Amino acid sequence: MALAKNMKLSETQDEQWILRLYVAGQTPKSLTAFSNLKKICAEHLHNKYRIDVIDLLENPQLARGDQILAVPTLVRNLPEPVRKIIGDLSNTEKVLVGLDLRSRS
Amino acid sequence: MKPKTTAATNRALNNHERPALAKAPTGISGLDEITLGGLPRGRPTLVCGQAGCGKTLLSAEFLVRGVMQYDEPGVFIAFEETEEDLTKNVASLGYDLADLIRRKKLFIDYIRIERSEIEETGEYDLEGLFIRLAHAIDSVGAKRVVLDTIEAIFSGLPNDNILRAELRRLFRWLKDKGVTAIITAERGDGSLTRHGLEEYVSDCVILLDHRVKEQISTRRLRVVKYRGSTHGTNEYPFLIDEGGISVLPITSLGLGHTVAAERISSGIPSLDEMLGGKGYYRGSSILVSGMAGTGKTSLAAHFVQAACRRGERCIYFASEESPGQIVRNMRSVGLDLGAWSKNGLLRFEAARPSLHGLEMHLVKIHKLIEELKPKVVVFDPLTTFLSLGDKLETRSMLIRLIDFLKTRHITAIFNSLTEGGADQEQTEMGVSSLMDTWILLRSIETNGERNRLLYVLKARGIAHSNQVREFLLTDHGIELVDVYLGAEGVVTGSARMTQTAKEKATAQSRQENTERAQRELEHKRRALEAQITALRTQFDAETQELEKEISQQKQREQVLKNNRTQIAKLRGSNGPSSSKGASSARERE
Repeated sequence: MALAKNMKLSETQDEQWILRLYVAGQTPKSLTAFSNLKKICAEHLHNKYRIDVIDLLENPQLARGDQILAVPTLVRNLPEPVRKIIGDLSNTEKVLVGLDLRSRS
Repeated sequence: MKPKTTAATNRALNNHERPALAKAPTGISGLDEITLGGLPRGRPTLVCGQAGCGKTLLSAEFLVRGVMQYDEPGVFIAFEETEEDLTKNVASLGYDLADLIRRKKLFIDYIRIERSEIEETGEYDLEGLFIRLAHAIDSVGAKRVVLDTIEAIFSGLPNDNILRAELRRLFRWLKDKGVTAIITAERGDGSLTRHGLEEYVSDCVILLDHRVKEQISTRRLRVVKYRGSTHGTNEYPFLIDEGGISVLPITSLGLGHTVAAERISSGIPSLDEMLGGKGYYRGSSILVSGMAGTGKTSLAAHFVQAACRRGERCIYFASEESPGQIVRNMRSVGLDLGAWSKNGLLRFEAARPSLHGLEMHLVKIHKLIEELKPKVVVFDPLTTFLSLGDKLETRSMLIRLIDFLKTRHITAIFNSLTEGGADQEQTEMGVSSLMDTWILLRSIETNGERNRLLYVLKARGIAHSNQVREFLLTDHGIELVDVYLGAEGVVTGSARMTQTAKEKATAQSRQENTERAQRELEHKRRALEAQITALRTQFDAETQELEKEISQQKQREQVLKNNRTQIAKLRGSNGPSSSKGASSARERE
């Protein structure tokens, strides 16, 4: 599987979720993160989301805008407020909490 | 390796078997001397210290000077300040970061980490930071990198274990990149840094400190460690001002300075006369000590005036009077310091040392001297800042200052105020041994008045007068007058004048006596002569009388004789001749 830039998995008009996944090359960690993300989105967001995958090796200057330090980092740009989730997204519970899809307990 | 190796560096390097350690000069005045050439080139250096001790500034200056002086572009990764804030903050020190960024010599990246926005959900690494750093380095071709303060990631990101591993990787990566880096870190309790960064960055560690002692804050710098190089190990005070950071590394100086044989006038001809006729040595240190009001400032002002007349630059460090006050007061003794101050030869620097603390004050003195390169400096009075620190500290500071002045052939006058009651021939800190010439001003009280005395207590290498002189402040400057040493000691002031008058009177009466004697003698001679004349007259008169008598007698005798002849003739002895008859008559008689 190749990680395409600006890969659009799904689009809907109401309550659009825009998610950006920052990675640095096709490392095992980034591949894991991407597949984990796809799974979670399919399960919880039902076609209301868009995922942009940004490879910092190709576009290092983009790291500045979203203040990326760790990779992989998932940034939820919309809906506000901005959320950042770092790591390979293997802890689904924490990802859901981080995306505000589940309340913190 | 870049140039700028001092003799000391070479010596240090020769002592090592290893090949020379390449160093990157910081350009920060003083720091390169302490580190004998700069920071280890191509390696990271840790700069740690409490908040507000100047870490960011030191790093920024390292980068800016790298660009300006050594043509080494730099990258500043800021974790605490935004690019705008940083630019603004260092603009106050005269650095134009925006311009350097425009010229692609500097790259600033602000990394903001907000813990509340971040959720950790498994394995991660800091590749993002590496990429940003690599991008920054590549975009300007950086040779120098600053990470200020990288520890921020510990508070911003979870999982210390990952962070530690990544930091270790980062420092190795920086070394591989061959950039000279400064990593700053907050001072921790009982350790150099809060998160133990010294474990990872171990080539060079510089500790900055900011201490407040007796309400005076002093910043200090210490090179804790420098692998593969010798370095100054002391704590050195440093100053942050409009020109950036200056460190004061003076203890590293030896006593190897060259000396001048040139002599310069003290500005007072009669004092020059006391100093072997030629004045002080150039580059010597002169201590002028005395109690309050003995004329120390006036003495120094004369020297300044003389130096300015020779066209030499002077700095007058006043720590008790304002420049205006000194100028006004010196006008009263006929010195116009204001004119020299106006044309730039004389610079007044008035500040109470208690404003900055002793060390800061000395750092400022150093900076100013480096900047203006004067030939003559005056410290008036020295005592004010000697009273600040403890004895050992101030003495060592003073030694540094004097050594510094001597290496630069600057002639310095130190005015020292002696406390009332204290031994006149002793100075507060025992500084006299550091001085080449010591002029003692004293005031003695006699007959209800105080008078000033001047004495050259010592003058190394100068055949100086052993005389105590009276020191007069007149409206046309200082005058030295010989004092009278009488049975009751030194006589000065009006007593001296009385003495002078008395002596004058005595001299006069002596002269009068002589004259009278001479007159008398003359008189006597005349009297004698008169007598002689009278006697002669009398004698003449008597002689005349006697002669007259004699001639009368003779006449009478003649007459008698004639008569006798006549009688004989008459008696009838008709002698053939009367003459015959006369002669026979005489024969008979």
